[in-house]
Amino acid sequence: MTVMSPAATDRTPAKTPAGGSGSAVLRALLRNKLAVVALAVLALLLFAALFAPLVAPYDPNAQNLLLRLRPPAWQDGGSGAHLLGTDQLGRDMLSRVVYGSRVSLLVGAGAALLAGVVGTVVGLSAGYFGGWADRALMRLADVQLAFPSLLLALAIVGFLGSGLWYVILVLGFTGWVSYARVVRSEVMSLRTRDFVTEARAIGVTDVTIMRRHLLPNVTAPLATIGTLHVAAAIVAEASLSYLGLGVPKETVTWGAMLSDGQLYLGTSWWVAVFPGIALMFTSLAINITGDALRDVADPKAYRR
Amino acid sequence: MTLDRPTPGPHEDREGAPPLLEIDGLSVDFRLDTSVVHAVRDVSLDVRAGETLAVVGESGSGKSATALSVLRLNPSPPCVYPSGEIRFDGRDLLKLSEKELGRVRGRDIAMVFQDPMTCLDPLQRVGAQVAEVLRHHTGVSRAQAKEAALAALDEVGIPDPELRYRQYPHELSGGLRQRVMIATALVARPRLLIADEPTTALDVTVQRQILDLLVTLQHKHDMAVVLITHDLAVVAETADRVVVMNQGRVVESGGVLDVFDHPADDYTRRLLAATPRLEAA
Amino acid sequence: MTTEATDAGAPEADRVLLRLDGLRKEFGTRATTVAVDDVSLDVHEGETLALVGESGCGKTTLTRLLLRLLEPTAGSVSFDGRDLTTLSAPELRAVRRQMQVVLQDPHSSMNPRMRISDIVAEPLVTHDPEARGRRARARNRERVGELLEAVGLDAGIQDRYPHEFSGGQRQRVSIARALALRPRLLVLDEPTSALDVSVQATVLDLLADLQRRLGLTYVFVSHNLAVVAQVADRVAVMRGGRLVEVGEATQVLRAPRHPYTRQLLDAVPALDPRKGRRAAQRAASPAAGADR
Repeated sequence: MTVMSPAATDRTPAKTPAGGSGSAVLRALLRNKLAVVALAVLALLLFAALFAPLVAPYDPNAQNLLLRLRPPAWQDGGSGAHLLGTDQLGRDMLSRVVYGSRVSLLVGAGAALLAGVVGTVVGLSAGYFGGWADRALMRLADVQLAFPSLLLALAIVGFLGSGLWYVILVLGFTGWVSYARVVRSEVMSLRTRDFVTEARAIGVTDVTIMRRHLLPNVTAPLATIGTLHVAAAIVAEASLSYLGLGVPKETVTWGAMLSDGQLYLGTSWWVAVFPGIALMFTSLAINITGDALRDVADPKAYRR
Repeated sequence: MTLDRPTPGPHEDREGAPPLLEIDGLSVDFRLDTSVVHAVRDVSLDVRAGETLAVVGESGSGKSATALSVLRLNPSPPCVYPSGEIRFDGRDLLKLSEKELGRVRGRDIAMVFQDPMTCLDPLQRVGAQVAEVLRHHTGVSRAQAKEAALAALDEVGIPDPELRYRQYPHELSGGLRQRVMIATALVARPRLLIADEPTTALDVTVQRQILDLLVTLQHKHDMAVVLITHDLAVVAETADRVVVMNQGRVVESGGVLDVFDHPADDYTRRLLAATPRLEAA
Repeated sequence: MTTEATDAGAPEADRVLLRLDGLRKEFGTRATTVAVDDVSLDVHEGETLALVGESGCGKTTLTRLLLRLLEPTAGSVSFDGRDLTTLSAPELRAVRRQMQVVLQDPHSSMNPRMRISDIVAEPLVTHDPEARGRRARARNRERVGELLEAVGLDAGIQDRYPHEFSGGQRQRVSIARALALRPRLLVLDEPTSALDVSVQATVLDLLADLQRRLGLTYVFVSHNLAVVAQVADRVAVMRGGRLVEVGEATQVLRAPRHPYTRQLLDAVPALDPRKGRRAAQRAASPAAGADR
């Protein structure tokens, strides 16, 4: 019996649904008001990215040199035709922000997925097998961490050339360490739990133990790091694009827009500020969702 | 000892003396998000100086919640006390302010828990933790506190107290840690000791030593002891009187001989029957 | 469980099912500690052998060795006459079917993310190719239902998760899982130590009943001598990695030969308020405290 809440945990009938099942997590998530707002922002963003040609009023690359640096509609000189104004080449800001979400979300999700898969495989193997496998893989992680990841990304993009898939690859392969570390430490404590011992006594193979008994029990921390990594990757992509090393010029990205806009900050603030706001709200919404996920994804959280 | 005449226990000699601790109609609720758990319902019990009262029950019986209520150590929220009084020396502990209660905790009433590792600060030396209780409650000098702490470690049968005083909890065995916990509890000379499953985590030979130690120290200091346990054999070994709890209620109470010889309640009988005996072989 | 098992009948007397011979296990590379030191022991078919000792005596390591979850530093384990240390991986899997384990803590012995049906069926799915895949599902459910009923649970709980059950119920699920492959030997590692006494009594009754019906052999690890007295045919006492005494339960518990066994027995609190320190104290000074 625990010392602190003796009878409470013992006698509460456990009527709650199974910990960790998808619908239960979603229901718990919806009880958190801030998370609901964040999820709504993300849904809106996803919609905009998927249906950009329908949402955006103009072609994001269509130039109109007669309408350069027009302010947003609510400022003097602005017009309803360009709600968020235009940039230095007369391109519609709203359309560019909408199209920019495509690259951001694709890079963020792609990099997080890739890093998650690599990191999970490394972490599971290191934590479960221990010994020399663990030492080797964790030294590799140390080496990886010793490189500043943005500089590494710069070097690789500079070497391989720019392109959307290269950016995803680079951000994916520089981000796996945090997944591997967390999975490894979780697995090391799970490994000694009785249900893993029992599975081994039954004769379940190592690969099956990892897949059936270990992986489902590390999904909660994985989901949390995953969402945070999506946000980090989006910002990293923006940094690369800002430096002109991200995706090609004709692809609209928030980072490149920020980079373009900083020249005009003194006179035409909107060119840099709108992509900046989009970037900030996206990463904020993802981070809030990640925190909320961490709070609810623990199966023990349902027990009371 | 003669069997035709019940052995007079200390409490029988003190029938006239007022009880040191008197719990009267106590209820404890845990208010959770969607439900209320009535952990303790209308529980009354009392204990006099020099006497050991065992509160026995299984998990969910409310025995620990009752014990923790005395010093209001149940986590609150979600814990509330909808009714009842806990009188110690005539004062209702449930009505004291946190500050007033702080003066009672550790000084008049001390507790010993099941798992000493979670109660001892892993980053502080053992001796400092024993001495701190004394400094907190009496304001004696550092040197005096150290001297008293060393004496307390010695009293609970810790060999080479000077050495142990300087060690950290992880350097001690489970039995030694429990002795340190007891030293910490007793250094300020409390009048009531509440021991919550003090030997459950220990090996049987160590359990024997700790139970003997508790009995000896109680006798020496004329202390009242409330012993919370799930083990009827431990009750038989140490208690003067027994309170049997089940699902938050007291189902039976009385002198230890009466309860073991003539259990009145069905639950007590079942518990006695379910307890394995060495003589079964 | 099933009908064919009921005629397992009386086990052949004195047939050795499990033999440990000179088992030794060291841990650590530089400063080695010896967890199990030269342990030799026979377990006979159909009996309950209790392995008792205090924490750190090596009894847990010994069970891991006999289940071949750990490699012994020296010595051998043979099951039904076959030396496990020499078996190939597929042969070892075949032997594993016949020896199953139930561990102490019913809260950690089940994957919290798996349903009861998958937990109990795991040995079947692992060892029987025909139990895999979608088509086998109905048959597995039926088998799991039988197993759950055999341990006194409702067959309808299959779709629920471990945290919905009490410790005693979970321990029954653990036992059902251990029985899934119709093993001959069960290693019970402190199977009732985490349970309330009244629940413990029912689980012990269940184990005795299953042993009678299925002709099972038990290695029952426990620190609780009173429980051991209730279940054991023979008792092995361990201390510091070594066996200090092995014998018939009545002999070991009533007339111990080794001083350590006697020390253990003396430490067990008696369920009798007329014995023990407090009683002695009351008798010695009837007016204890009153004259102060």
